Amino acid sequence: MPKHQDMPITPISNVSSERVKTGDWKTFKPVLDEKKCIKCYICWKFCPDVAIKADEGELPKFDLDHCKGCGVCAHECPKKAIEMVLEE
Amino acid sequence: MVRKVINGNMAAAVGAKVCEVEVISAYPITPQTLIVEYIADFVANGEMPKTQYIKVESEHSVMACCISASNTGARTFTATSSHGLLLMHEMLQWASGARLPIVLVNVNRANGPPWSVWADHSDSYMQRDTGWMMIFCENNQEILDTTIQAFKVAEQPDIKLPVMLSEDAFYLSHTYEPVDIPDIELVRKYLPPYNPDPSTILNLDNPQGFGSLVMPPSYMEFRYKMAEAMDKARERLRQADKDFQNVFGRSYGGLLDCYKCEDADVVLMGAGTTASTAREVVDEMRAEGKKVGLARIRVFRPFPFEEVRALAKNVKAIGVFERGCGFGWGGPFFNEVMASLYNTDVRIPIKNFFLGIGGRDVRPKHIRAIYNNMFEVMKNGLDQEIKWFGLLDGKTPEEEL
Repeated sequence: MPKHQDMPITPISNVSSERVKTGDWKTFKPVLDEKKCIKCYICWKFCPDVAIKADEGELPKFDLDHCKGCGVCAHECPKKAIEMVLEE
Repeated sequence: MVRKVINGNMAAAVGAKVCEVEVISAYPITPQTLIVEYIADFVANGEMPKTQYIKVESEHSVMACCISASNTGARTFTATSSHGLLLMHEMLQWASGARLPIVLVNVNRANGPPWSVWADHSDSYMQRDTGWMMIFCENNQEILDTTIQAFKVAEQPDIKLPVMLSEDAFYLSHTYEPVDIPDIELVRKYLPPYNPDPSTILNLDNPQGFGSLVMPPSYMEFRYKMAEAMDKARERLRQADKDFQNVFGRSYGGLLDCYKCEDADVVLMGAGTTASTAREVVDEMRAEGKKVGLARIRVFRPFPFEEVRALAKNVKAIGVFERGCGFGWGGPFFNEVMASLYNTDVRIPIKNFFLGIGGRDVRPKHIRAIYNNMFEVMKNGLDQEIKWFGLLDGKTPEEEL
């Protein structure tokens, strides 16, 4: 540990939070039914943790390293194409 | 230099202008509203060409906005009152913990309910442990000048704590007094531009996380550094007031503004405009041969315990007045004065007077009654320690005490 005299006056982090995996405490994970998905990207818009990737014309992808399993995407999906599945 | 007759809120707005503040975010609330309006005018008229004025939807967002702005290295200012300050309370801790030299003018107003917009220091009292330096002003000139002093101290690399300066609602905010407005060139001479270490501010080319999570083995150290800076600020605030005298020809007594205390038997202590009234009474009673003095608490955080100790050595009784509430055991000024003296040999009676709560007028007759009562206390000892003075009971001030 550094001595307090050598510490800065307030913590400033140079490590992006992308590199810290914060999704490991989820209980349920989202699973996409690719046949039902119409690529409207409403799930991407509503995700409170920016954990859904949506490239134009592609199916949405879940970033499970950062998804907390809140289920907002499944709730908002107009086609019920996302199912929350217990993560083992 | 220009001399103008302006109110306290204009003095605060002009203070921000002459300090060439770069970002202002504010939300209007009585009795602070004029500050927001004056500054909006300055920005719209091109009188503050370097300033970005950001309107938001609440005081909580105001402080969040100021924090972000200050984190980019911009000189940042805001103003609020009472419930606005209370809504900011959460973000005030962030500003101090992130070590951002924001300056805030709080127009002291009572907290509801009962709903009130009048002068009362309770809103400031409740921010005591937020890690902000706290200064109470007595007149409009002091508001303008202290804004400049506040940035001067807050921006020093080994201080980096925000400052809250307070002015009494209506007695200052809406009352017009002659005020010297210093030239910007002179202010620049006293207050250099704010140039923080680039590694500590937000840089879009090299994004960093601010106020990050720390684990128990290192949290305490960051809080200790705040305490250390706050203690250091005592001398810096004294020095800033002295340097101000050299550049502008005015000063305000440093942390504890003593008036005719040298040979005083009875001293009254307290803050804000009540101190002006007390000054008048000191002059009157001195003319009658009574040894009275006034010690105005100008800086409340960091608390001037050394000044209080030096003063108390030579006086025989102290009355502490507070225009603000303390529930459970006395007011904060009283508690701090008492605590400052406990570990010394001084054993004199100290009595707490709550007065002028919620903007009730405090007149010379009230102050005179307190001085007379303190002479009784000096002779006969304390009759009571905490007095709510001036409650409606049909008595005159002299009858009551």
